Amino acid sequence: MEMGVKMQLTNKSKQVDRKPMTFLESLYLWNIAKGMMITLKHFFRKKPTIQYPEQERPFSKVFRGLHILNRDEEGRERCTACGLCAVACPAEAITMEAAERENGEEHLYREEKYAAKYEINMLRCIFCGYCEEACPKDAIYLSQTFAPANYGRTGFIYKKGDLLIPNPVEDPEGYKKALGDKATK
Amino acid sequence: MSVTQILFWFLSILALFGAIMVVVSRNPVHSVLWLIMTFFAISGHYIVLNAQFLAVVNIIVYAGAIMVLFLFVIMLMNLNKTAAPKRNRWLKLAGGIAGGCLMLVLVAALRDSELKGQFAQVNTGDIGLIKSLGKELFTTYVIPFELSSILFLSAMVGAVVLGKKD
Amino acid sequence: MYLLAIDWFFIIEKLLLIVCIVTLSMVVAMYSTYGERKVAGFFQDRLGPNRAGPFGLLQPLADAGKLFFKEEIIPLASSKFLFILGPALAMITALLTSAVIPWSTPLQIGDRVVPLQIADINVGILFVFAAVSVGVYGIMIGGWASNNKFSLLAGIRGASQMVSYELPMGLALLGVLLFVGDLRMSSIVQSQIDNGWHVFYQPIGFIVFFVCALAECNRTPFDLPEAESELNFGYHQEYSSMKLGFYLFAEYINMFISCVVMTCLFFGGYDIPFVNEAEWGLHPNLLALIGFAVIMGKSLFFVFVFMWIRWTVPRFRFDQLMNLGWKKLIPLALVNMVISAALILWLKK
Repeated sequence: MEMGVKMQLTNKSKQVDRKPMTFLESLYLWNIAKGMMITLKHFFRKKPTIQYPEQERPFSKVFRGLHILNRDEEGRERCTACGLCAVACPAEAITMEAAERENGEEHLYREEKYAAKYEINMLRCIFCGYCEEACPKDAIYLSQTFAPANYGRTGFIYKKGDLLIPNPVEDPEGYKKALGDKATK
Repeated sequence: MSVTQILFWFLSILALFGAIMVVVSRNPVHSVLWLIMTFFAISGHYIVLNAQFLAVVNIIVYAGAIMVLFLFVIMLMNLNKTAAPKRNRWLKLAGGIAGGCLMLVLVAALRDSELKGQFAQVNTGDIGLIKSLGKELFTTYVIPFELSSILFLSAMVGAVVLGKKD
Repeated sequence: MYLLAIDWFFIIEKLLLIVCIVTLSMVVAMYSTYGERKVAGFFQDRLGPNRAGPFGLLQPLADAGKLFFKEEIIPLASSKFLFILGPALAMITALLTSAVIPWSTPLQIGDRVVPLQIADINVGILFVFAAVSVGVYGIMIGGWASNNKFSLLAGIRGASQMVSYELPMGLALLGVLLFVGDLRMSSIVQSQIDNGWHVFYQPIGFIVFFVCALAECNRTPFDLPEAESELNFGYHQEYSSMKLGFYLFAEYINMFISCVVMTCLFFGGYDIPFVNEAEWGLHPNLLALIGFAVIMGKSLFFVFVFMWIRWTVPRFRFDQLMNLGWKKLIPLALVNMVISAALILWLKK
């Protein structure tokens, strides 16, 4: 770099013109007309608005939304309350209580241990997807929807009932819908 | 009673009532508003006399511009009860005497004047209309008219000079 | 039907006309609020209100309903009577102006010719000015009665702005009036039907008049009485419910009426350009209807231009506003007046 030449990031900078305005310029008429032409161009431009309830913005394939607790093909809960998701969670949004499977509950839970209580605080959750990665049983995954609005904070603490996927035996339609794109995986 | 008469009485009462309220009301802003009302009543009188130009100009100039400036000053001065000057009994007496004298003179002047036998031209005549008024001003009364315009011009120049002082 | 030496049919006819024109102004003002938001949306690459009814056409009704059901608040420290008088005055003066506007050629009902103008008075255009100059009081009284310093400041700003811009407005008109030689609105329109639109004779006069009309209506770029960033909300800050609605509504009525006045003064009123509609041999009522459609079309175009300017041009500073009014527009209007007077004198000889 030569001496005396100022370093510049780009060559787009323009010296501000500080000449006093001529009489015609100080009437602003020409500049206002120019500005109005610009706004008129926008008037006829196609609007990018998405009409929300009728129209929805498509989600990306890797979108991470609300959590879903998965079941197997027979409708048994996969979660064994190992707590790996809670450990992996950077926001500490997941709490759970484990319980032992009793006799006669084999059709409900896949393993001998299950989560009696499983809660995710959606106000804390940052939807990073680490829980999904940490889970050894494929029991939790992030779906393609987001948490709807609520009037109170308690409404954002999702209980097990809110998180569980519909039973594939009793409600195969709902199960398929909830599974969404994950079905192909 | 014809419509014009009804209108005349109505407007007269309105004008007098407004004028009295200007003096009587405690709040100076209310006084100004009553004064504006009086101007409107007087404009009504002009219309009854078929002097539409005078009526409209009265509203534009007096009600629309001068009273706005009055209102400006009064609103910004923030006159309230503590700022009101104390009323002296002698002052009241002096005012009463002066006002009474003025009224006496007016009554005396009107009694002897030639106006008695004349009637206002109601609803007819075009003296108050803009065309005849303009003709009169620029033919018969051209010198006083131009003189007054020079007076206004000097007043304007004076205002500018005063404003530029600092 | 004569009683008290009054032609009652005449009174009924005028009353009907007044009701029609007031309703028209109200409806247009109502839909201007909708139009304003829609236009603003389109200029900003949005869609604007489109939920209430098809295309959001019921939005003004929803807004009015909302305003009606809002709580009515009158500040304790305000002077109550003036506080209520303010918006009422604003509304009345806004509606008054429409009295002298010739809306179209006369209607013919039976053998009665009904002119579509409430009053063709001798001083027509001056009446408009009188109504506008009285319109200041609505703002000033409202601002003062609120007992709030921002409202007061805004009221005073509004009043000084309106008083200042009335001057160039009147001066800009003088060229037209010299040309017509009459102040009646009907003869101003008639002169344009005979000789062509005034905007071609008086382009400078029109521009000055247009700028002043923007300032008189408190529209951007001259909406200083409502400059939110400096005065919170302007002179109607303390107002709520329908009293606020009256102020906002009066502004839109003012805008519409000033557009109509502009159409009548410079763009031929109900005249259709390039054709002589009287030669078509149509029924006079039909002709009146066409004329009315034409004047509405022109005026609504100007309403659109007002909105267009609002969503393009930023607000002036107060000193810039006063400079523009007193040091640019008034000399310009004066020069325009002198030149047109000289030309008229020269050509008429």
